[in-house]
Amino acid sequence: MADSQYILEVNNLCQHFTSGHGKKKMTVKAVDDVSFGVRPAETFGLVGESGCGKTTTGRTIIRLYNPTSGEVLFNGRDIASKMNGDLRRYLTDNIAMIFQDPIESLNPKMTIEEIVGEGLKVRGMKDRAEIRQKVIEMLRKVGLVEEHATRYPHEFSGGQRQRIGIARAIIINPKLIIADEPVSALDVSVQAQVINLLNDLKEEMGLTILFIAHNLSVVKYFSDRIGVMYYGHLVEVAKGDDLYRNPLHPYTKALLSAIPEPNPLTERSRVRVDYVPERDHDYSKEQPSMVEVEPEHYVYCSPSELKKWSV
Amino acid sequence: MAAETKKQEREVVLSVKDLKVNFRAYGGLVQAVRGISFDLHRGETLAIVGESGSGKSVSIKAIMGILANNAIIESGEILYDGKDLTKVKEDDFHEIRGKRIGLIFQDPLSALNPIMKIGRQITETLRLNQKMSKEDAKKRALELMTAVGIPEPEKRYDQYPFQFSGGMRQRIVIAIALAGDPEILICDEPTTALDVTVQAKILELINQIKKDRNLSVIFITHDLGVVANMADRVNVMYAGKVVETGSAEEIFFEPAHPYTWALLSSMPDLHTKERLMAIPGTPPNMIYPPKGDAFAPRSEFAMRIDYEQEPPMFKITDTHAAATWLLHPKAAQNGIEMPAVLKARIERMKRSGAVNG
Repeated sequence: MADSQYILEVNNLCQHFTSGHGKKKMTVKAVDDVSFGVRPAETFGLVGESGCGKTTTGRTIIRLYNPTSGEVLFNGRDIASKMNGDLRRYLTDNIAMIFQDPIESLNPKMTIEEIVGEGLKVRGMKDRAEIRQKVIEMLRKVGLVEEHATRYPHEFSGGQRQRIGIARAIIINPKLIIADEPVSALDVSVQAQVINLLNDLKEEMGLTILFIAHNLSVVKYFSDRIGVMYYGHLVEVAKGDDLYRNPLHPYTKALLSAIPEPNPLTERSRVRVDYVPERDHDYSKEQPSMVEVEPEHYVYCSPSELKKWSV
Repeated sequence: MAAETKKQEREVVLSVKDLKVNFRAYGGLVQAVRGISFDLHRGETLAIVGESGSGKSVSIKAIMGILANNAIIESGEILYDGKDLTKVKEDDFHEIRGKRIGLIFQDPLSALNPIMKIGRQITETLRLNQKMSKEDAKKRALELMTAVGIPEPEKRYDQYPFQFSGGMRQRIVIAIALAGDPEILICDEPTTALDVTVQAKILELINQIKKDRNLSVIFITHDLGVVANMADRVNVMYAGKVVETGSAEEIFFEPAHPYTWALLSSMPDLHTKERLMAIPGTPPNMIYPPKGDAFAPRSEFAMRIDYEQEPPMFKITDTHAAATWLLHPKAAQNGIEMPAVLKARIERMKRSGAVNG
């Protein structure tokens, strides 16, 4: 997948966590050999169940963790290498993150102006009035008003707090936003507001978004391409429509068959497929790898599986 | 329809009549439930849909008699087995709670005692309520664990909750709820904390148990996909009131209340391409519930009367009713219909149903 058409390129990224010492030492391969690319102004969705490593992938890209191995290229520059002041500046200039929990991710002791303006202050902007003006501009952009700037996070509803989180992310004018489950903590009636807002901002600012979520309907609606993760591996990458029309990997099939659709007619006749890795794969003889089955459609499989599935 | 006439003949096991629940809070009196009425028939699943703060959890807590201390049941009655549950004293409630009405909570981890072995948590109800001997209780517990699909129950019997995955924990909670052999099972968002693949399995399990034991189920959720999967009838709640009630088909294919329209069209399904119809604003503050139709300030279809007078329930069919002035004969001349986006989606749903079914 080495092509300069990608703004973000993740190659063989591994993130292993260890615990204990000596005999008790355990390694958890949270992200294991994950590769994908994101094009400029594209939304790339990462789905999978809890514990599959999708959040870890996002956090490793923005360097909240130090990757175990592999490289992450942003505009051609490796951002997975040793951290120094210059790289940190490059990272924070270009990549921002929106977190899942709008309550936990805002400091309760800071006003909204301080929270949203912190990014500018950290990067050396000193003029208070200028920061304030920029903050107000961002608040307006996300559908809040000037008066909100002097308030504290607890005075806002869940949807408004998530808007604040978005304002904080876009104030540094990033090229890439990593959105980690931005709507899953919100009420159904408010989720749509936030999704529409993200869509508007994406168009207006030409943002590239890495969208991490477990709600497949939302991911499908929001993303151009989707990557499906299972236990640290990326098992299938495809355009949204292709993935739903022609899922190849048995895990993708199982995942798709489990989504409840708001339609009583189809729901009552739905057939669910189970995914049992031990039964569905035999990797004793051949090793699986990422294969491009049709244009833009990659699947993690061994050669014999490829033959079986593509029939 | 044959299915409908059959439903009417069914006996009513639980009946809630004009229930009003308030909470004394720091800022004033929170009117959480403002007069809801519904019947639960034997062997059916009644889904209650609504966002947080709509009063769905409070109403089932009133049924179970586990309201917080600052709650006041202002009026109304909950009729079950000839008794009014709002009048039953706490000392007598244990005859009903757990034995006749079982409850499954949202978060299986906090519903279980972390320092008590699973086996003991299941046998606790058996030993206390049914005065079983230790051996009998264990035998029964192992049966229950097998019934809810826990592999190697003998081994699992002596383990602690932290040794179980989320889905397995929820199965244990279901086993505990079934231990008292209830006839009504109340599920308060039982799958919200679970992954989709696990959720599908738990929903199948609840459906299976319901069929095997002829249970009546009240299912609380905000996920319309889950509603479509589980429900025979649906109550849509907003701001402490039931705004629309009907069979699952009626709610999904012929919704009448603007809030139901908004709910159905605000979430993307797998085919949605167009811009989402977001509901503007946020749910009202229930210390000062709005006058008239509570949804009016957020509804683009609100008429002047919606801000002044509360709409009554207008009957559409024998099973379908909605509380909106749009159904008043005089409003018909305004020609307000459901949004075109929703109409298209319902057409699509009917078509895909015809293909699959």
